[in-house]
Amino acid sequence: MIDEMRRGALANLPVGASVAAYGSVLGMLAAQKGLTWAQLLAMNLTVFAGSAQFVMVEMWAPPLPVVEMILAVLIINMRYLLIGASLNPLFQGKSLVQKAGIMHLVADENWAVTMAAYRNGGATTGFLLGGGICLCSVWSMGTLLGHQLGALVVHPERFALDFAFVAVFTALTVSMWRGKSDIAPWVTAALLAVVAERWLPGKWYIVIGGIGGALLPALQSIFESKKEDLPQLPDKALQESIGEKTK
Amino acid sequence: MTLALSTDLSIVMAIGGAALATYSLRLGGLLLAERLPKNGGFKRFMETLPGTILLALVAPGIFSAGMLGGGAALATALCAWKTRNLLLAMIVGMAIVATGRLLFDCS
Repeated sequence: MIDEMRRGALANLPVGASVAAYGSVLGMLAAQKGLTWAQLLAMNLTVFAGSAQFVMVEMWAPPLPVVEMILAVLIINMRYLLIGASLNPLFQGKSLVQKAGIMHLVADENWAVTMAAYRNGGATTGFLLGGGICLCSVWSMGTLLGHQLGALVVHPERFALDFAFVAVFTALTVSMWRGKSDIAPWVTAALLAVVAERWLPGKWYIVIGGIGGALLPALQSIFESKKEDLPQLPDKALQESIGEKTK
Repeated sequence: MTLALSTDLSIVMAIGGAALATYSLRLGGLLLAERLPKNGGFKRFMETLPGTILLALVAPGIFSAGMLGGGAALATALCAWKTRNLLLAMIVGMAIVATGRLLFDCS
């Protein structure tokens, strides 16, 4: 187990370097928003999800919009349902305690590294956990270092720190692109979000744009499966009627 | 005093609630793996959701960012697409905005 964990940690070190750097930007933003060092560390250890933490920090202004924040985190992290489900073969035969313990430290990066290793037959739950520990450590180091630096920055707009949020999420969005089938849902999501942001209070535009866009292919597949069912009925009726005539 | 207390409580609730939501999804996905639909509408919804959520998050910001912000966002997107390097793309976008501000409003 320890050997496996060490292997997983080492495999995640290259991606860990960029995780730390990206974390330092979050730390700087957090310092500007008035989060303390301890609050940021608590968030790193308990939430441990980069994009969700960025959104929380972005929304961080007293009085804290607690319900909106949790809802936003829930929506952004919805992908973890799929990530968790995809790890099922790896956890075959493991106890519930092991599942409950290791899943907390599953992030996008160590999941991707583990799945790649699993395809080559070289991944275990220890490998996954080692990667998680590695990432959580570098993520915390990066964010806390950024927090120290962020407190020193007097004019954050000069370093475009206020643009960091847009830059991070633009790059993250591009990394999600799967091909032409994404065009229609993405255009829908962007339009709905821009309109909702203008007319509705708070962060509802995230929910409306995201779910609205993703509903499009879902409805399409329901419509398509109905279409496949439909032609059979008249065909059968026709065949039967033809059959009767030839009789 | 009461204000300080309620602020502390709301911080605990925000971080705790976010942690609980995230953890439930992580463990829930693994435990429900056998029961989640493997195809059809739900599957396609869940597969499309990460992209549309991130886009919905950022689209209004880009839309109202003006020429400089819009151009920088476009450069970030192109860089992310070509290099697949998140960090580099982020730095390119921020550098464009910082340089633009340095050049155009020397306040």
